[in-house]
Amino acid sequence: MINKEVANVNEALIGIEDGMTLMLGGFGLCGIPENAINALVKMNVKELTCISNNAGVDDFGLGLLLQKHQIKKMISSYVGENDEFERQMLSGELDVELVPQGTLVERCRAAQSGFPAFYTPAGFGTEVAEGKETREFNGKMYVLEKAFDADFAFVKAWKGDAAGNLIFKGTARNFNPAMCGAAKITVAEVEELVPVGSLDPNQIHIPGIFIQRIFQGNNYEKRIEQRTVRKKV
Amino acid sequence: MLDKVGIAKRIAKEVKDGYYVNLGIGIPTLVANYVRDDIEVEFQSENGVLGMGPFPFEGEEDADIINAGKQTITTLPGASFFDSSMSFSMIRGKHVDLTILGAMEVSEEGDIANWKIPGKMVKGMGGAMDLVASAENIIVAMMHTNREGESKLLKKCSLPLTGVGCVKKIVSNLAVLEVTKDGFKLLERAPGVSVEEIQKATEGHLIVEGTIPEMKL
Repeated sequence: MINKEVANVNEALIGIEDGMTLMLGGFGLCGIPENAINALVKMNVKELTCISNNAGVDDFGLGLLLQKHQIKKMISSYVGENDEFERQMLSGELDVELVPQGTLVERCRAAQSGFPAFYTPAGFGTEVAEGKETREFNGKMYVLEKAFDADFAFVKAWKGDAAGNLIFKGTARNFNPAMCGAAKITVAEVEELVPVGSLDPNQIHIPGIFIQRIFQGNNYEKRIEQRTVRKKV
Repeated sequence: MLDKVGIAKRIAKEVKDGYYVNLGIGIPTLVANYVRDDIEVEFQSENGVLGMGPFPFEGEEDADIINAGKQTITTLPGASFFDSSMSFSMIRGKHVDLTILGAMEVSEEGDIANWKIPGKMVKGMGGAMDLVASAENIIVAMMHTNREGESKLLKKCSLPLTGVGCVKKIVSNLAVLEVTKDGFKLLERAPGVSVEEIQKATEGHLIVEGTIPEMKL
């Protein structure tokens, strides 16, 4: 067993520098690497390019990094829940690249899988395709999209072991698996770090080969963005 | 004239037995409430769940189980979770049978705009561009006109596009229309709405053939 376990989030973040490109898993606030984000805020690392489906809300998730002006550029598919984000974007302080969601995840997966680029139908004929190579296959038009090149990927899983094997829960899986191994260093934080050998190999979602550092996070808030319920009758 | 629930009820009639359906945010989300209960349908949400159920009972919400609108949900027997890459394989790979989404504008050629108002609102396209670029069966749920009474069914979209030539059917508060190569073909009128009123609210080319029936809900 190759041991990927690090003592804590600070050890997991060794090597992070100003100006780096980071991938961060999550959809909305679901499945975000809370411990890594909080530590990045404390480190006060600046000029970051962040690849993440969303940009958090004003006072949680990536919104915390935005508040402290640590992010230079966001690459996301949907950023609608964050007033500070909107303010920084409209004032030109923040550079934003909006990418169709399926393209965003596939640009991660391409980096993970050794593909430099791929063709997708998403965005053809729209401003997303401007300046990009297009090509016809079987009578339909496609846009060439490139793999990301990131320094660190931060993912969050439910359970993991020191070998780096990961299991996700519910829709907290989302972008996390495609980001594993898609950057030079992948840091996984888990709710529960279990003894090696206790996870059933049949049930592993992401094998440890994609992970360089793993630690058990703490104090997960797991904030709910839209609490929708029905009444018991 | 239909309200939002009326639009959702009419669209629900387009959902057929055995369909996998992706519902967008807003009116499309309501469609799930009005699908006949004697047919089998599975709802997909692009954040990674197939087999979505109703909202959870109070106190049973789970932060790790949400839909693409970030609302807490439940799952039904037979449901599955998956990552975003597989989710869009379902979408781009045409495994999803029906996509229902909202729009700010639709053109008579089937172009759709629903993600950006330059200088005013930039929330992003989310999964909409992937959905409209791939789905063969797209129904748009929308209001026929904006607050100023101006048509949203246009010759050409004025807003940045989400996709080109992709919309097949529109259910608005006034009518059901099919997008054909010649323009918007009027299929049904909303209760109490005349063909003239629909004509007046439609800037793009409207095709009216024969008697147009009033829709049944």
